Amino acid sequence: MFRVALCLLLMTLVSGCSDKWGWYVVNPTTTSGAVNLNFLISGLYYTILLSVTAIVISVVVGLLVALPGLSSKRPLRMFSRTYVEVVRAVPILVLILWVYYGLPQLSGLTITVFWAGVIALALSDSAFEAEIFRAGIQSIAKGQYEAAHSISLSYADTMRFVILPQAIRRILPALGNQLVYMLKMSSLVSVIGMQELTRKANELVVSEYRPLEIYTILVLEYLVLILIVSAGVRWLERRMQSDERN
Amino acid sequence: MGDVAEPIIRFAGVEKFFGSFQVLKNISLDVSLGERVVICGPSGSGKSTLIRCINGLEQHQGGTLSVEGVTHEDGRKGLDEIRSRVGMVFQQFNLFPHLTVIENLMLGPTRARKLPKEEARELALRYLERVRIPEQADKYPRQLSGGQQQRVAIARSLCMEPKIMLFDEPTSALDPEMINEVLDVMVELAESGMTMICVTHEMGFARRVADKMVFMDHGEIVEVADPETFFNTPKSQRCQDFLQQILQH
Repeated sequence: MFRVALCLLLMTLVSGCSDKWGWYVVNPTTTSGAVNLNFLISGLYYTILLSVTAIVISVVVGLLVALPGLSSKRPLRMFSRTYVEVVRAVPILVLILWVYYGLPQLSGLTITVFWAGVIALALSDSAFEAEIFRAGIQSIAKGQYEAAHSISLSYADTMRFVILPQAIRRILPALGNQLVYMLKMSSLVSVIGMQELTRKANELVVSEYRPLEIYTILVLEYLVLILIVSAGVRWLERRMQSDERN
Repeated sequence: MGDVAEPIIRFAGVEKFFGSFQVLKNISLDVSLGERVVICGPSGSGKSTLIRCINGLEQHQGGTLSVEGVTHEDGRKGLDEIRSRVGMVFQQFNLFPHLTVIENLMLGPTRARKLPKEEARELALRYLERVRIPEQADKYPRQLSGGQQQRVAIARSLCMEPKIMLFDEPTSALDPEMINEVLDVMVELAESGMTMICVTHEMGFARRVADKMVFMDHGEIVEVADPETFFNTPKSQRCQDFLQQILQH
């Protein structure tokens, strides 16, 4: 992983030496270059805050949607199924526009760009989280429920102490995937004016007219961010596995 | 209720279907307090289903089934009441793999019986002692042998301090050399006066501890007898054939 990242970096640097490039816009040794670079990197704050807030909400909502989907009662299963199918069918960009421009008209409440972004991202992701949880919970052997039943655990305790801890270990790679996906999809919130990485890059391109260099920096920003997240998820996976296997 | 002969478990005309297939046909059986019942029969005869009905892992359709006078018809509360008095040991152990042995044992007492942690720990250690593996308390189930895992499972059930223990082929998934360590624990439990219903093919164990032998075939109880009569002079042909097959070796 590290080597791949290094190669990509070197490639851009090498190609960046040709006369088609004008790295001066983000040259940290000049004042204006340093200001521009700082401006670009400052977008990280909202990209991370937005994605993390959204994923926390979507994991909770996803679980709340997944559990009725596993019920023996048909209406509960129907609710879960319908939620997943409907929400999954709406493109994220459409959902962002609808929440930001449409929802205030409907509800009469004003909504900030940040929360519009969080709601839209969390909503669309929750349908996927629900499916991941459903798969994870269904993968736990029936005997675990039976053992929990035989020691008089309630449904809530069975889920909390027996089923979910095991399910979460199994779905951790998939949850990690969703976090990476969320970080990337947060770039779409730039269209309603969220000052995250992509929006900052767009604004700088408009004033500096150097799309090639600025968007290259943008690509690298996402790349580095996501490589760090992947490494973090892998570390977490190893830690949780070691709990179980001597 | 003071009558000693009052059965602790009573099946009266119990019927059960899986779809259109009838797994239990008109089952009537009484088990009294402290009695040790061994159920045997060919596979697919409904033995496991029978004992799984007792604690509500399976729902029966016809007849009535009561545990200390509480029936499954008493709704959710009735079932909770019943399963708090009935412990169960499974063929596949079904330990919780993400918890250590002691955590496996403490989960029921702390969550369902609401015991304080310290008390639950003492209780758990006491039962681990009883199944003779106190030194394994902090290991994970996968680090133990099959026999040890099954003993942990027995201890986990006992921590709920049940009045009745159900054993669903507890030694069938074990390597031969580990069967005895589990049976020893079960014999000891029987000697302590626990009411036990065991589905098992271990006829040596049955001879030694059973008060009552039940033979099932095709969803019916074919024969009920004390071990002496059961092994020496079985009445039905089906039972004779079955015994001949498993006692051949």
